[in-house]
Amino acid sequence: MPYDLGIPGQLTLALAPDLVLLGGAMALMLVAAWGPESAARQRTVGIGALVLCVAVLAMVIAVAIRQPSAANGVIAVDGFRWAADALFLLAAIIAIALSIDYNPREGILAGEAHVLTLFATGGMMLMAAARDLMVLFLGIELMSIAVYAMVGLNRRSPRAAEGSLKYFLLGAFATAFLLYGIALVYGATGSTNLAEIGERIAALGLSRSPMLLVGIALLLVGFGFKLAAAPFHMWAPDVYEGAPTPISGFMAAGVKAAAFAAFLRVWLEAFPGVYTEWHKAVWWLAATTMVVGNIIALQQKNLKRMLAYSSIGHTGFILVALAAGTPQAATAFLFYLFAYTLATMGAFAVIIAVGQSGGSGDRIEDFHGLWHSNPGLAVAMMVFMLALLGFPVFGGMGFFAKWYVLQAALQAPAPQTRLAIILVITSTISAGYYVWVVMVMFMKQRATDALRIPPMPAMTRWVVTASVALILFFGVYPEPLVRLARASTAVGIAPVDGGPASTAALQGQ
Amino acid sequence: MMVPEALALSAVLFCIGVVGVLTRRNAIIIFMCVELMLNAVNLSFVAFSRLYGMTGQVFVVFVMTVAAAEAAVGLAIIISIFRHRQTVDLTNINLLKG
Repeated sequence: MPYDLGIPGQLTLALAPDLVLLGGAMALMLVAAWGPESAARQRTVGIGALVLCVAVLAMVIAVAIRQPSAANGVIAVDGFRWAADALFLLAAIIAIALSIDYNPREGILAGEAHVLTLFATGGMMLMAAARDLMVLFLGIELMSIAVYAMVGLNRRSPRAAEGSLKYFLLGAFATAFLLYGIALVYGATGSTNLAEIGERIAALGLSRSPMLLVGIALLLVGFGFKLAAAPFHMWAPDVYEGAPTPISGFMAAGVKAAAFAAFLRVWLEAFPGVYTEWHKAVWWLAATTMVVGNIIALQQKNLKRMLAYSSIGHTGFILVALAAGTPQAATAFLFYLFAYTLATMGAFAVIIAVGQSGGSGDRIEDFHGLWHSNPGLAVAMMVFMLALLGFPVFGGMGFFAKWYVLQAALQAPAPQTRLAIILVITSTISAGYYVWVVMVMFMKQRATDALRIPPMPAMTRWVVTASVALILFFGVYPEPLVRLARASTAVGIAPVDGGPASTAALQGQ
Repeated sequence: MMVPEALALSAVLFCIGVVGVLTRRNAIIIFMCVELMLNAVNLSFVAFSRLYGMTGQVFVVFVMTVAAAEAAVGLAIIISIFRHRQTVDLTNINLLKG
């Protein structure tokens, strides 16, 4: 039976995983603040946060199996939301597991660090659930405000302070654009509900309304900042370099995925009637992002900065799926995000492990000859780099991720042939820096004065091993995950496909 | 009902905020300009709610709450950078580059 979101009890049920996560996060905040800061307390809170995330993940899976639904309300109850939630929780689990060992090493003893991760994850889950621009705004802000603080967690580091200031100022600036966009869309259509906006655009023939188009453009700018899509990507490298490494990974994977999930839902649910108009903008955004991200990444000497530019490049690849705008593209999009999350978080985990030697672990010299000193780490890093590159077999599921996006782009009613060509060319360029890391690890000699890297703490090792195993497993056998992604998007994004406005717009191409 | 006038004022305020963010170099002033942009948007919401009912006004309450939370975190970040550099001028803040 579908939930009736007008009844408070049923709304609570529909929001249950989010509420449990946020309630648990508040309880943990109390635990963290109850006594003086210490490494032991930090660890307790971290483990509590991990348990909470795993419990909520189990809850999300249990709910997803029941396949509940709801009529149009402020909250979406569909497969796409559950799939996105699972992705965010996975990113949160990895980030917290890495932080538990990383934070004390860097002198961050505040247990609140993990609580902030939980709050940010709660915001992401709201973003994936939002079917109303108001809920979307609250979700984005809950996530962003928590992440501003997370970037600056290490108060001893001037780099962290600088990164967090940059992220905060640019993030708040982008939020203002996003908000003005919301106001204008509301002004043009008279509603903040995504489904109603979509209906009214079709019914009132608003596709030429300047107010609506300016509103959509401002929304695009706001989302562009959160996604780190070129030309709105300037903050990403600075922030990723300054932030604590597990948080850089969390931002590259989780924050980006959340912005994408919300972006996809807003664009395909509210604006299918103006597909021809926004398609051009998204097209250019995708093309510039792919080119800028991958070319600038080539000249980076710092691995965290390189991964930041690589993540910008991947934003472009995922935008290609969005430009296609079909349910098949939504499936490819989920699969891609899953592969990308594992590979990126894994790469940051390796940087953390290498940094144990006492150095920062993010200079390329730290990786010279890693194969000769720590073969396990070198092989793991190779898998992550090749997965990000989309190399067949050794890159595991990374290859299929790119393959499905390409397929979706080419098989859409309005084929995105040129974008597909740019995708292939820029992927080839990206080999220049991904393969370079692999080459340096295997072919260079380890510097004679290089510090010895101690064995990884249990949780970091677990994260690296599990990521490698999952990437390789789904690389050989992607079917179950594809079926899962397809099932999720069939329930969630299907109304868009069936909507008269969207099919008309797509055929009109 | 003065709706077009209010919208025009809101657009002007928003643009002043944007220009301020882009031209000023002091972190606090940039932050104030962002707040100006948010309040310009609030004005739009209130004006639109004249036409469409309460939703716009409810939105404004949420925006103000969020802006307050953002200010708390933002000022804390500005203080933490001040402790490191004894300045909040962005032209002097340039450790991260490339």
